[in-house]
Amino acid sequence: MQRTHGRLLLVVLALAVLSPGLLLAQETTPSPAAAPEHGVDGSELLILLYIFVLASFLGYQLILRVPPLLHTPLMSGTNAISGISLVGSLVAAGLSEPLICNVLGGLAVGCAMCNVVGGFAITDRMLAKFRKGSR
Amino acid sequence: MPLLAELVPMSTEWLYLAAAVLFIVGIRDLSSAETARRGNLLAACGMLLAIVGTLQHGLIVKWEWIAVGMVAGGVIGLMMAVFMPMTAMPERIAIVNGLGGAASGLVGICEVIRHVIMRPEGSTAPEFSAFHVGVAGLEIMLGALTFTGSMVAFGKLKGLISSKPMTYPGQNAVNVLWLLAMLCLIIGLVTGDLNPVFFFVLAGMALLFGVMFVLPIGGADMPVVIAMLNAYSGLAAAATGFVLSNKVLIIAGALDGSSGLLLSLLMCRAMNRSLTNVLLGAVGGPTGGVSGGDELQGDPQSISTVEAAERLFDARRVIIVPGYGMAAAGAHFAIRELADVLKERGISVKYAIHPVAGRMPGHMNVLLADANVPYDDLVEMDVINPEFADTDVALVMGANDICNPAARTAEGSPIYGMPILDVDHAAQVIVIKRSMSPGFAGIPNELFVAPNCAMLFGDGKQVAEQLIETLSL
Repeated sequence: MQRTHGRLLLVVLALAVLSPGLLLAQETTPSPAAAPEHGVDGSELLILLYIFVLASFLGYQLILRVPPLLHTPLMSGTNAISGISLVGSLVAAGLSEPLICNVLGGLAVGCAMCNVVGGFAITDRMLAKFRKGSR
Repeated sequence: MPLLAELVPMSTEWLYLAAAVLFIVGIRDLSSAETARRGNLLAACGMLLAIVGTLQHGLIVKWEWIAVGMVAGGVIGLMMAVFMPMTAMPERIAIVNGLGGAASGLVGICEVIRHVIMRPEGSTAPEFSAFHVGVAGLEIMLGALTFTGSMVAFGKLKGLISSKPMTYPGQNAVNVLWLLAMLCLIIGLVTGDLNPVFFFVLAGMALLFGVMFVLPIGGADMPVVIAMLNAYSGLAAAATGFVLSNKVLIIAGALDGSSGLLLSLLMCRAMNRSLTNVLLGAVGGPTGGVSGGDELQGDPQSISTVEAAERLFDARRVIIVPGYGMAAAGAHFAIRELADVLKERGISVKYAIHPVAGRMPGHMNVLLADANVPYDDLVEMDVINPEFADTDVALVMGANDICNPAARTAEGSPIYGMPILDVDHAAQVIVIKRSMSPGFAGIPNELFVAPNCAMLFGDGKQVAEQLIETLSL
């Protein structure tokens, strides 16, 4: 497990190095005066990054406790959760214009919905088969 | 033009928070077989809340496309869940994962069209900053390569494409350069040096990259690839979250990304190989793999079904070692029946599960659970290995590399150092196999010629049924 931890540390380090760069890129474009009050500013971006990093750690720790017995349902379940891109698809499909966004968004809603419904339903079906022995 | 992040009512934010909590609690519950089903249900409730919250979004004014997408996707998803047999699970995971990636990629393209390509003349579009351009680029890239990569993985698992690794000289160099070229494109788009049309070039390149990246990876390395693609689709969702400033997308994407990454690392560890080696190594290809065609010393002894049945009949403890061959032959139901017959005679039967047996993480567990084997009979490698010494018959069913003693001794062998099931420590070993052909790593298995090992040639399912018949007499 040592090596696995080392890898994760590398990923996090890379993220840490990357994030100031992202912030810099953020600062270079809009002049502060032009930025709308509801636009994403640097501090909100930082909060989003915090959320991402903490959620990644949390996910890692949670998954570490899942026994190999349940690895397939786990993959199937997290797979269904990744259908959360449905949230973005719905908004794109429901925009007033342009039409191309509605079409692409509608397609994305279909894909994500298939992922979500199919994913959760089959994980449930799979888990229903796992039963304890009577002995 | 307002950003998508606006017009979000407070109720939506609260629903998103509740959804995030449900996802986390749901994944926590997945860590035990007793609570796993509840966990899955909680996560599904979380998803429902996230959808309800999103539908209150102020920017949503048209409903027809949403309705069509939701109904079509929902029906197809449900059909897949209800009608697909458990044996098709690896393919299903691959294809559904690809759809998740496609959704993220499509949303990314929508954002780019809305904010960069179709933006009003003279507008500097401050709310879609360079950061957003970069993340949207990553989102499109990850989404597109997840989509095609998963489709190729699906083809390989389904047998539409040869599961043999497809390689050509300089392949790794080409792939790495291709990836670098895509990253350069994103940088060019961020700095504004490139016309936004290059977003579509990026999408096309990423679609191709997905194919190029998965084609050289062989069938037995699929557990790693599937887990990796799962991580990518999660990261693509998280990138979508950054573009839309949507926290529930970021949290769910990060959970999925880290779970996929961790799973693929665990799979690699179970093969004693690094991630780079699996993704770039193409073991078992025409060039790599076989270390000098070392022949087996001695002849294997072949036994008949009747002899095998006698040996099983005389045993007190039996351990069944399933491998991909069991899945391929569809022999899991027959194996469970065989185990039932043995148990009726007071023989203890357990199953030894190697972490990378099969084509996806946990493949054997799902198949055997489908065949009604109680999960406390399915024992992990580390737990069962000491028990082999006290076992009368180890029945190897379609497994090969995962019980090859060469992994312990033969330095230089491609599987050297890989943790294996200590099958050869059992008093007797019976291997059910169609022929003497080597396993995926392309190396002969010393176990087959060991003095305590006997080969029972034939199709797994038929042999198991014959054994049941003989034992029931």
